[in-house]
Amino acid sequence: MKKVIALLLFLGLLFFLGTGLEQGLKLGDRNTLAGKAGEAYLKRTVNSADPSASPSQVEYGSETDIEENAANTLTAVVVGYRSFDTLGEVTVLFLAATGVMALFFASGKKKRLALAKPNFILSVSSGFLLPLIILFGAYVFTHGHLTPGGGFQGGTIIAAAVLLLYMAGNAYKAPATGLKVLEGFSGAGYLLIGLAGLLLTGFFLNNFLPSGKMGALFSAGVIPVVYILIGLKVSAELSGIVSDYMGED
Amino acid sequence: MINPGLSSLFIFLVFVASLLAVEAKKAFRAVLFMSLAGLLTAVIFVLWKAPDVAMTEAAIGAGFTTFLFLMALNRIRGKEK
Repeated sequence: MKKVIALLLFLGLLFFLGTGLEQGLKLGDRNTLAGKAGEAYLKRTVNSADPSASPSQVEYGSETDIEENAANTLTAVVVGYRSFDTLGEVTVLFLAATGVMALFFASGKKKRLALAKPNFILSVSSGFLLPLIILFGAYVFTHGHLTPGGGFQGGTIIAAAVLLLYMAGNAYKAPATGLKVLEGFSGAGYLLIGLAGLLLTGFFLNNFLPSGKMGALFSAGVIPVVYILIGLKVSAELSGIVSDYMGED
Repeated sequence: MINPGLSSLFIFLVFVASLLAVEAKKAFRAVLFMSLAGLLTAVIFVLWKAPDVAMTEAAIGAGFTTFLFLMALNRIRGKEK
């Protein structure tokens, strides 16, 4: 009986979500883009200028001052407008990692997890997959203001590379102290950038660097710097969690 | 353009995978089905034109969480023996 009720509730929710997707079957009329405040900001195109519509007269590679010039709108919101929220998010992740570390520390020294001996394919291919994965992670967080992705995604990808190292070679041990130092310094760097914004422009975490041309690697002011710091911090934190789980030797 | 039929199909698949994860008898299988649900959710996010969220979901929801659960499971089993 309980299961039937749960199933019915879930199907109802599914229907509720599904009808929102159908064209012309909207739940209320408020979810039209035209009714929203940031329409001009959201509608900009990164391909070419469309002169007929004034809100989207934005040209990729030549625009110099449209809302700090991040081609990826989501990054502009996450690290530009709502950078303080992102600082809170980073703090939450830091607290979670500290909690995991404290739990493992309280339960004494752990023996290393006895994994099965890695097979030949895994141990050989990890050698040339590893630099590619780390490069991709670094690309994702350095290009967070241009393409989809950012510090959190790139950091997780790099942590996955550390996990691959653990899986492939039984002798590998992550440098725990170095990871903690990297994590602390990049977290403090984020705060220092915020304080620099406070000193130079009068607002915490405000942009104080030139914003450059939209679409260039060195653009969007402080956003790529912050995302590189977040990427380093997240990768160090998650790699620390991986090494905590795997145990010491 | 967002294709409602395709995303509905994936929503249904996520539903099935979550149901299997809840109803699975073995913890190992439950973790794997949860990972599958996360991966399918990432596909839905791609269909809904949210690649940023899709990357996070695929990396954390499908990859990292599965690893954490499997390692925790491994540790618990080691203690029970």
